[in-house]
Amino acid sequence: MSTLEIKDLHVSVATEDGAKEILNGVDHTIRAGETHAIMGPNGSGKSTLAYAIAGHPKYEITSGEVNLDGEDVLAMTVDERARAGLFLAMQYPVEVPGVSTSNFLRAAATAVRGEAPKLRTWVKEVKSAMSDLDIDPDFAERNVNEGFSGGEKKRHEVLQLALLKPKIAVLDETDSGLDVDALRVVSEGVNRYREGGETGVLLITHYTRILQHITPDVVHVFAGGRIVESGGPELADELEKSGYVRFTGSAVDAAVAGAAV
Amino acid sequence: MTVPNTAPEVAGLAPELAGAKKGQGETPIASASERFTSYDVEAFEVPGGREENWRFTPMRRLRGLHDGTARFDGTAAIEVSAAGSADAGATGVPRGVSVETVARDDARIGAGGVPADRVAAAAWSAFREATLVTFDGTPEPVTITVTGPGEGTTAVGHLQLRTTPNTSATVVVEYRGSGALADNVEVVLADGSRLTLVVTGEWADDAVHVGAQHMSIGRDAVLRGTSVSLGGDVVRISPTVKYRGPGGDAELAGLGFADAGQHLEQRLLVDHAVPNCTSNVIYKNALQSVKGLTAHTVWIGDVLIRAAAENTRTFEYNRNLVLTEHARADSVPNLEIETGEIAGAGHASATGRFDDEQLFYLQSRGIPEDVARRLVVRGFFGEILNRVTLPELRERLESAIEAELAVTGA
Ligand SMILES: Nc1ncnc2c1ncn2[C@@H]1O[C@H](COP(=O)(O)OP(=O)(O)OP(=O)(O)O)[C@@H](O)[C@H]1O
Ligand SMILES: [Mg+2]
Repeated sequence: MSTLEIKDLHVSVATEDGAKEILNGVDHTIRAGETHAIMGPNGSGKSTLAYAIAGHPKYEITSGEVNLDGEDVLAMTVDERARAGLFLAMQYPVEVPGVSTSNFLRAAATAVRGEAPKLRTWVKEVKSAMSDLDIDPDFAERNVNEGFSGGEKKRHEVLQLALLKPKIAVLDETDSGLDVDALRVVSEGVNRYREGGETGVLLITHYTRILQHITPDVVHVFAGGRIVESGGPELADELEKSGYVRFTGSAVDAAVAGAAV
Repeated sequence: MTVPNTAPEVAGLAPELAGAKKGQGETPIASASERFTSYDVEAFEVPGGREENWRFTPMRRLRGLHDGTARFDGTAAIEVSAAGSADAGATGVPRGVSVETVARDDARIGAGGVPADRVAAAAWSAFREATLVTFDGTPEPVTITVTGPGEGTTAVGHLQLRTTPNTSATVVVEYRGSGALADNVEVVLADGSRLTLVVTGEWADDAVHVGAQHMSIGRDAVLRGTSVSLGGDVVRISPTVKYRGPGGDAELAGLGFADAGQHLEQRLLVDHAVPNCTSNVIYKNALQSVKGLTAHTVWIGDVLIRAAAENTRTFEYNRNLVLTEHARADSVPNLEIETGEIAGAGHASATGRFDDEQLFYLQSRGIPEDVARRLVVRGFFGEILNRVTLPELRERLESAIEAELAVTGA
């Protein structure tokens, strides 16, 4: 049973006017078997948290800790984190020209599993995972994310989740850009992955709709670079009604949040 | 043997950027159709490096091949053997392949084309003997190895590959070793013949190679060329394709991998002057370097469709993949069309960067950095390497590319 522990995490990015602090003291623990939703206004730092956990070079950790089962995640390279069992479904998946999706998936599975999957079973495994997510088999021969529509990219992220079976998965707005049917298909995919109870899911979202498919144990409100309140699923409903104004005290943020809903 | 100089004041002008520079008060740029050619080195002015066809080339690193100071004191050995056989030598040549060493005045020399720059003309003016390999029937594949003259020495070379009518053959020309080489390779395809030609440059680090390839395609003849440029300090290859009769079909594919300090230059001209011919040019370069050194690739793709070349079909394509900082890829496609009656013509050029975001994405799926780079480069070059149908050769080239990657991939 895995635990991801984030302690007093401070993160900044380099800007033209020097370092700008985006996360200021995130404390959070998620265990295998749990699903947490993180909701918060645009620009509050949700993706920054996700990227910082994954190790994106743009974000500088100025203080704090991230531990996976007691191991220091911040000391690991990006690929080591993934092999340790962390996964980030990105808000904006990256196009990688020249690399076919099938080669990419196989390289990733080889790296994460520590050995190359047997070709025959692998082909079957990929095919069935793709059909579970209603992904056309032709995508295997296309370059990674190249020319994929927004929704196709998101499905492709969940496909990787299904194949790589991480211990803790961070899903950054995986529901944005999905049509109603895709939302259901993708949610089912995430639920299949949760089923075993071996894994933890941190779901970043703006919408309560996905929370009707994937029921969270805890809902966190993220504002101003940290978690400002946590509660049960009913907290999400309150946010849907009243926006974030109670947490940010700013009418502008409330307007932004309102627009997002 | 001098061919009349048709116009330009400055010899050897290439047409790239013709449109871009015209009207900017600079010296007029000659069209590819007016390209100056001559067998005689003295017919060319010594290039200083600002001429259109030399402006990308690091002249100071050419070991004097261009300005008459190279003494051509070495020899570049040419050996012919059955492809895949370990022992080289004329004795191991398959049936249907004949290898001759001929004098300059052999009537067949020059059938492929005429030098269009001073280095090619210098090589032509200086060679004493040429190696002439004739393919007849359906011979087994042949490997021709050209070995540089050795570090600190310079040499010229002359090789002609020719087919008899309706022959179908495969030949690999491998360049290896050290030193500086200026050479001409003539490829003369008889009517209805088909030649698969793979040229590899697996030079040592010090090598300088300035080569001209003169390809003359007979009626209904097919050329399938693949070039792989890996080693060397400066390698500049200028292939020219001409058609002697209708129905000719030439495909020139190529890849180059330039690393720290390397200059790899490919200058292609496809000259369509007869009807119903096809050309297809597809070149890909990858570049990687380290601070303080530059990796540089240059690709010039000139396609000329003259008034008589009705129903021509042509496509040219260059893609460059920049893997690191300190790398520069120049790409100049140029299509000149003098007839309205073409079947299809297009060109495309793009330079992309393997950037931090792509690396992050791959790594975030557990893929280590070196594997990620390999994945990207292998995918990028696959389309070219897949054309090399000799499995042993393709594997060797694949591992040579991975070895290159490992140098700065670490
Ligand atoms: N390079 C940068 N320079 C300046 N500000 C930056 C830079 N990178 C990120 N930021 C800022 O950091 C803040 C947090 O961004 P982040 O992407 O984490 O927000 P988010 O909560 O995921 O928002 P959204 O809901 O819109 O996805 C934003 O205000 C953003 O503009
Ligand atoms: Mg975000």
